[in-house]
Order: sequence, then C-alpha cells, then structure tokens
Amino acid sequence: MLKTHGPGEHPPDRCSAQAVQLPTAYTDTRTILRSGNLPTTGHLCMKLSEPNSLAVRTENVCRHYQMGETLVRAVDGVSIDIRCGEFVALLGASGSGKSSLLNLIAGLDRPTSGAVIVKESNLATLSREELAKYRLRTVGMVFQSFNLIPSMSLLENVELPMRFAEVDRRERSMLARQSLERVGLSARLSHRPTELSGGEQQRASLARALINRPQLLLADEPTGNLDSRTGTEIMELIRSFNQSLGMTVIMVTHEHVLAEKYAGRMLHLADGKLVADLYKDGAGKISEAQPTAREGPQ
Amino acid sequence: MKFYDVTELAVRNLRESVFRNSLTTIGISVGVASLVAMLSLGIGLQQLASRRLQKSGLFDTVVATSRRDLRNFREQREDAPTPADSPALDESARQRIEQLPGVVEAYPDIRFVTEVRFDDKPHLTMVAGVPFSAKNNNDAFEGMQGSFFTSDAASEVILQKSFAEELLGIKPKPGDDVTAIASLAKPLLGKELTMRYAERTTSSAPAETGGEGAYSVVSRQQTLKIVGVTDLDPDGMRGTARARVFLPLKLAQELHIMQPGLRDATTSGAPTYTSLSIRVGNPNQIPAVEDAIKKMGFSAFSLVDATRNMRQFFAVLDGFLAIFGSLALAVASIGIVNTLVMAILERRREIGIMKALGASDIDVGSLFFAEAGAMGLVGGALGVTLGWVIGHVINFGTNIYLQHQNFPPAQIWSVPLWLVLSAIAFSIIVSLLSGLYPAFRAARLDPVQALRYE
Repeated sequence: MLKTHGPGEHPPDRCSAQAVQLPTAYTDTRTILRSGNLPTTGHLCMKLSEPNSLAVRTENVCRHYQMGETLVRAVDGVSIDIRCGEFVALLGASGSGKSSLLNLIAGLDRPTSGAVIVKESNLATLSREELAKYRLRTVGMVFQSFNLIPSMSLLENVELPMRFAEVDRRERSMLARQSLERVGLSARLSHRPTELSGGEQQRASLARALINRPQLLLADEPTGNLDSRTGTEIMELIRSFNQSLGMTVIMVTHEHVLAEKYAGRMLHLADGKLVADLYKDGAGKISEAQPTAREGPQ
Repeated sequence: MKFYDVTELAVRNLRESVFRNSLTTIGISVGVASLVAMLSLGIGLQQLASRRLQKSGLFDTVVATSRRDLRNFREQREDAPTPADSPALDESARQRIEQLPGVVEAYPDIRFVTEVRFDDKPHLTMVAGVPFSAKNNNDAFEGMQGSFFTSDAASEVILQKSFAEELLGIKPKPGDDVTAIASLAKPLLGKELTMRYAERTTSSAPAETGGEGAYSVVSRQQTLKIVGVTDLDPDGMRGTARARVFLPLKLAQELHIMQPGLRDATTSGAPTYTSLSIRVGNPNQIPAVEDAIKKMGFSAFSLVDATRNMRQFFAVLDGFLAIFGSLALAVASIGIVNTLVMAILERRREIGIMKALGASDIDVGSLFFAEAGAMGLVGGALGVTLGWVIGHVINFGTNIYLQHQNFPPAQIWSVPLWLVLSAIAFSIIVSLLSGLYPAFRAARLDPVQALRYE
C-alpha cells in the first residue's frame, strides 16, 4: 500500500543538500528514482541560508485582459508567500485564474499590476531576455497536454532546454539520458512522443522540466489527460522531486482529492481572487493554520 | 543558442515540410539563375568588346618619347626638366623600362617614309618595324594571308591590304573581306620588292664639338620577300597600323635607317630612339607604368582613357541587367516571407513550448533567420548552376545563329568566380532580409497565447 508523506513530517532543513531522501513505499517510483543520479546542486533553497526562506512572493498581483468591451480580471489582487520546498496546489473552478497565476509565476506572462518576486527580483520589471533566462534556469514546467515537440525523439525533447542553456553537446546527451532513466524511460530514448502512452509522455515532460535543475516546478494540471493510475504515478514522481530535492512545487489542479493527498498547502482561487489558503498538518488535517514546523522568520 | 544548434534545428525544421521549402528554394534559385544569366551575358559582351579592342593593341600600350625631341610639345610643362636635362631614349633606357613591373616588352618604334620598288615601279609609303612578339600575342595580324616573318631579322615584308592593291593596280571595292585579301595575296606572296632607304652611319671618331655626334647619310637598298598580306586598318590609331609596309623590327634596326626626329645620336654611337612602344600585360597597369616612365624623365601617353566611355557603357548595361535579373529574386524573397510566416502559424505551439522551456527571443528568431539563410544558400548554389546552364544554352544558340550568318563564333557569355560567389552571397543576403520579418514575428510571439492555441 502506498504510504504518504505530508510535508510536515519532514525535518525543517530538508531544503539542504544532505536532506536528499528517497520515499520508501512506492515500488514504481522507487525503482525509477534509484536508476539515476538526482541533481543535488543549483537549487534556490540550498543557496539560501534560511530553510524557510521565500521561494515565490506575489504582492497584490493582477492580470487583466481586455476581451472586446469587457475587462476580464483573470488574476485580481493575489498576495501569497510560498516558501522553499513547499508543495502548493492552486485550486479553483475553470476560469478562476489559477492557470493565469501560474503563468505569471512562470514568467510566461506579465502582471498588469503588482509584483511577482522570485529570488529577490520582480518578474514584472525584468526584460524579455531576463525573463527567458529566468524560465530557463529557475523554472521547470509541466503541462496538461505534455507539450513535447512531436518531430523530436524523447532524447531530443529533453535535450532541448539545454540547447538554449548552451550546454556542450556530449554533456547534454549524457544528462538527458540520465534524466530519462530517472523517470523510467531509458528504453524509449529514440521514440517519438506520439509512440508513447500519456503517462510516458508526461514522465518525459517531467524529465525535460528538471533537466536544467530548476528551483521551481510548475505543473499545470499534470494529470488532467491521464487515467487515475498513471496520474498517481506522475504525482508520486512529482512528490519525490519535492521531497528528495527540496524543489518547490506549484501545481494547478481542479481535483481536490489529488491536492489534499499530495500538496501541503492548498490555495483556492475564485474569480481571480484568493479565497482560501489551507495547510495540511502532519496528521493530514487541513486547517487555515500554518504547521508550526514550517514557520520561519519572515 | 550555439550556432551549431541553430543550424541543426533550422535544417530539421526545413526538412519537416520539405516540399514547401523546396518550392521556395527553387523560387530563389530561379531568381538567382536569372540574375546570373543576365550578368554573365553583360560580362561576356564586355569581355568580347574588350578583347576586340585589345586585339587592336590600343589599350595595352604606352608610348614613351624623349623630351629632347623638340617636336614633342605635348608633354612639355614648366616643371618638367628642360630638354637638355632629360635623359636620352636609348637602349639602356629601353631595358630599364622593360624591367618596370607590369611591362611585357618595350620596343622602339621605327617608321620612316621611303620608296619601295615593285615591278620597277616606285611607290612612296610609310614603313614600320614590327616586333617579332607580335606573331604570338598581337592579334593585329589576324586574318593575314601568307605567314609571319620567319625570324626577327629576316629580309621579309608584310604588306597592308591597300598597299597590295596599289602594287597590283587594283581599285579598292567597298565591302572587301578576308577572301579579297586572299585574292590580293596570291599574285604577291613569294615575290620580292626593293626598298630604297637612307642609312645613317655614325662616324667612327666622335666629333670634337661634343654633344651631338657626327654622322653621314648613305643611300642603300634592300631586297625583301613578300611573306604576307594583312588587313590592318590604315586609319588605326596605333603607329604601326598607319604604315603600309611592315619589316621585322630587328632588321629595321640593323639597317640604321635614317628617321626623322632622331636628332641626337649620342657620342658613344649607341642608337637612340624616337619613341618606344611599351606593351603592358594588364590595361589596369597602364597608369602606373605611365607614371614610372614619366619619373624616368620621358614623356608617356596612352589611349587608356578612351576605354573609359566603353566601361561606363557596360557598367550601365550591367546595372540594367542586374535590375532585371533581381526582379525574379525579389519575387522569390516574397516567397520566403510567405513560407516562413506559414511556418510560424504551423509551429505556433512549438514556439510557445520553446519559450516556456526558456528560449529567448533571439533563440526563436535566429531559428527562422537561419532557415531563411539556409534556403538562400541552397537556392543561391542551385541558381548559379541553373544560370550557368542557361548562359551556356544562350551562348550555344547564339553561336549557331552566328554560324548560319557566316560570322565567326564568339564567346558572348562568361561566369567569373566573383559572379558565382557574389550571386550566392547576394542570394543569402536577400533571403536573410526576407527572414527578418518572420524571425521578428516568431520572436515576439506571446507564449501564453501560443500554448493556448490548439
């Protein structure tokens, strides 16, 4: 049976490099994780002295669109602090603004007003070039529709971000192989995405998201196109990255069960506004109170 | 992104829709081909015209004269050395001039008016010495009947057509061509004529007065065998062309014929020359050679300026041909824009993914830019080949026509290496320019919109 680990069960210093610890119970994922070396450097939290330091902060962030004559307030004044190593689920009905908020944090979009602060820099004020570098170095993204490039093999797909990072060709190939091994796809390196199942595609897309060793893993409905079994597989992988690497995960989902099972914190959005900010404690009880173990100086 | 990665991804993308990109590339190659065909014709015609002019010997020759020759006022300037200071145009000067860079040969102009007897009838005419090198490198004797001199000092003579007519008592008919020369040559070749001339003999002892050496003039005659009849234009601008009887130059020198204007034989008795003809390997070197000769203290002039008008004409012609040729390339460049804009629409999602993964505007833009450049390179190379073939065909067709019209074949078409390289470079530049807009559009694509698009 699968055993779940709530974030509260982990020592507060799990952001540090020594804290790499594999989850114990899931047979599938364990084999997957054993097969490759996990990246152990380059993470935001490891660079910061405070384990509970902020990974992402939004200050009254707004994203408004003009649709014909009506103004759509996709994100309307959201202020949140997400600490390093947190596993956050963004919940809400369609059109509640959760994907828009994720795009703002991903640096794919710019806020109409307010600030999105990551690594002490406000994404709203970065140049296009700096934003691209931010997406390249700091963020790994996973999408509902996988978004692998169909004309490329899995290996090439995973190598692609390293091309933008100007990684040497030989190193690139080696790292991509390792990354695909890590998600259990070592036998599928030369396959095209269309030749794979949805679960395999999403695993490849996770391997790609992690290839440049990002500090933030942003997932937009990662299980939306998957059946529940493969969805669980993917979620276990994501959780393992969160727990073993101290990677901050922000996941958009509308499945409450999934969010409650895996995330340590649930942000509910409605009409672009934050309506609830719930934490799960060590016993799995959900409340508005932050678990004490996670409180740090702010 | 590294250059290698950009290239690899661009080539991969081009191969993804190979049919459409091939059509665009063929469009470019047709444009380049028309440009190359037009320009190769322009260049070929220019070369044909230059060859014809060079055959006349007008444009590769500098004529040097001594400033001592008081008849030569043309080059006299106040700052020029006085005639007395200027050096003599003698054998050592000739040798020094021949050593100048770019000079192929320098030979004295020997020409004089004298009496020639044929069939016991006297004929007064201008006689000129011809360097033996004219046999190989000067097409002035093109279409000559008979043969060139057997040696540099043979007692042989070549007659100009009008003089041959005079000797035979034939009235010239308009429109005479090569065949007429053959009929003139028949009764003359192998016959002998006698040239009467005045020999200038330098006295063995130098004159006490110094300066100008003493000499005497002796009347002589020389029997010469007619070996050729040629078509040289008597109105040609070059000195030798105006003469109607041609001797081997060395023979003419050895005869020590008294020439007008040769006033100052040196005390040493070495011959000095009225003027030297200096043949230059490349007409472009003429100004430099002219300057060098002037620095040596001689007067020099050439007819190179006369070609300026011709070159101007061809520059304008080439310009027009290039504009017409480029029209097809302009159309092709619109094809590139069209293809790449289509590609952006098709690959919208892919661009969005790349941006989400961290591709910068420059990364995305350079991909499209590289695709345009690659199409330009391939199209340029194909186009040059195609243009070369078209030029060949035009040349072939023209020569068939010329043959039917009883004209000698001519090379009216030429594809020099610089044209090949610049056509390919031009094709790449035009393609890159066409790629600018699609590249900019792709680079500025909003990733959120692109990823939403299904």
